[in-house]
Amino acid sequence: MSKRIIEQNAEHLIFELSDKNRRSSSLAPDVDISAVCENLPEFALRKDNLELPQVAELQVVRHYTRLSQKNFSIDTHFYPLGSCTMKYNPRACNTLAQLPGLSGRHPMAHASMSQGVMACLFDLQNMLMEATGMKQVSLTPMAGAQGEFAGVAMIRAYHEHNNDTQRSEIIVPDAAHGTNPATAVMCGYKVKEIPTNEQGDIDIEALEKIIGPQTAGIMLTNPSTLGVFERKIKLIADMIHKAGGLLYYDGANLNAILGKVKPGDMGFDVIHMNLHKTFSTPHGGGGPGAGPLGVSERLQPFLPVPMVAYDGQTYRWVTEKEQPLSIGHLSAWMGNISILLRAYIYALLLGREGMERVADYATLNANYLLKRLADAGFEIAFPERRASHEFILTLRKEAKQLGTNAMDFAKRLLDYGYHAPTTYFPLLVPECFLIEPTETESRDDLDAFVEAMIKIRDEAEQLPDLLKNAPFELPVKRLDDVKAARELDLNYYYQD
Amino acid sequence: MTDIPQELKYTKSHEWVRVEDDGSLTIGITDHAQGLLGDMVFVELPDLGDEFEAEQDCAVVESVKAASDIYCPIEGEVIAINEELEEAPEQINVNAYHEGWLFRIQPLKENNFDDLMSPEDYAELVESESH
Repeated sequence: MSKRIIEQNAEHLIFELSDKNRRSSSLAPDVDISAVCENLPEFALRKDNLELPQVAELQVVRHYTRLSQKNFSIDTHFYPLGSCTMKYNPRACNTLAQLPGLSGRHPMAHASMSQGVMACLFDLQNMLMEATGMKQVSLTPMAGAQGEFAGVAMIRAYHEHNNDTQRSEIIVPDAAHGTNPATAVMCGYKVKEIPTNEQGDIDIEALEKIIGPQTAGIMLTNPSTLGVFERKIKLIADMIHKAGGLLYYDGANLNAILGKVKPGDMGFDVIHMNLHKTFSTPHGGGGPGAGPLGVSERLQPFLPVPMVAYDGQTYRWVTEKEQPLSIGHLSAWMGNISILLRAYIYALLLGREGMERVADYATLNANYLLKRLADAGFEIAFPERRASHEFILTLRKEAKQLGTNAMDFAKRLLDYGYHAPTTYFPLLVPECFLIEPTETESRDDLDAFVEAMIKIRDEAEQLPDLLKNAPFELPVKRLDDVKAARELDLNYYYQD
Repeated sequence: MTDIPQELKYTKSHEWVRVEDDGSLTIGITDHAQGLLGDMVFVELPDLGDEFEAEQDCAVVESVKAASDIYCPIEGEVIAINEELEEAPEQINVNAYHEGWLFRIQPLKENNFDDLMSPEDYAELVESESH
């Protein structure tokens, strides 16, 4: 067995801790393996032993405890990762969503036995409808990406239903999330990119030029990924609708306008909401998620099923029978129910006014942080605009004059105990930091972050090499991005 | 200062175009573009014989920061691709204008390249984008 040479504080892989003579009997299955295998056909039996790591119980406990202590998370650190809304999710939402009466439901149980959980889902549908100004909500999509896919699939279904089949293009701004063009392509559309002007608004002239009878729709995030509100949204909606297209709203930045401005009022036909960022489920770990859809009247018949309906006495599942034009099921059951329940509880805890305060404080925190960083001499990408829930710094001056780029600043921030902001996205701003403090940070924490940024810039002036080699305090130092991308190798092989 | 050779033509999407003696066009991304994108990790080139319209996306370069579409500057058929980039995409970083070339096309129509930018215009674009 060979061991990698690893850096101080780093953790070995569990495979590297393995030794032939170690075992942990408490974790061994309490069954007679040979009896289980007796009835299996010859071809299904292994020829060699399974090479599982052989580790003693205490080593296993220590290994995973140490790994858990290396978590860089919202529970331990300020996490201003722009465009991701890494806010604190109240423990109460999780605790209540796990009440036995909820978690004990089986999805195949008869509706008459699931009235309680269906009532929660029905109320959640209504609360999300009211918060977004949409006509109807379907909760089933199991991720933001699936919500997006379903949304554009509905746009396609709508045009096909109207025999309007020459519509082949979806318009996407250059600042959009990468998932937007990817979704359009997945749904069989050609992507037309439109530029953003210097104020961060969509270039209306460019939009005018590419709108036509071939336009199926447009995908927008508002506030946009540039952290500013799209001021011409009504005009854009009118232009697209006049041409026969539909408007898709990416709910990535819903936190900024929650309860304040409704996508329905802006003229959107279909929206998806990331409950796993705005509504109290931690995210960033690869799921699970929930990406409910809201639609305007014209897309209502195409919503995915099941949904929950209520006749004043009982709750029932809405299926294809009632919704024949539905784009269908997106999962076996009702989406990721535990995340829907957390969202329901979160919405109940907040109430209507509380939801507005989410947007108030998300915006206030972002603008406070922007102002303090600007006063400290950092360059803001869109200085004339008020930020929404996030904003962009450009570190091009620091890169040019000091030779320390945005990545160097980001890595050094890790040493100071901050998760780095989003770097180099959106790509149209050079050396950019996309910073989203969220509503759950205190002023003290925001001030401390500003102090860290100022300190790092002082270091950049005096000891630029320090930044270029950062981080120093983490288990692994500067990673080799190129090697990681080109030689992706996630397997471990035992060596004799 | 970024390198903008005088003998080449340019696009606003940061491709460079060299008109070869036989009338074919060699295409790559500019030094400015590779500087913005950073270390290249993958290049996806078109197939020989593929035909593209002007401004159609025809290749992808992926760096540690982002994946970017490459647009065909002029309607044409692909007659050569730089296969070495498959193993060594970093050639684009090393020398964007020589070893880092991406592909070569034969224009399908006669063309005086009016739609392409002069080195002066491109220098202005780069200047305006960094301010």
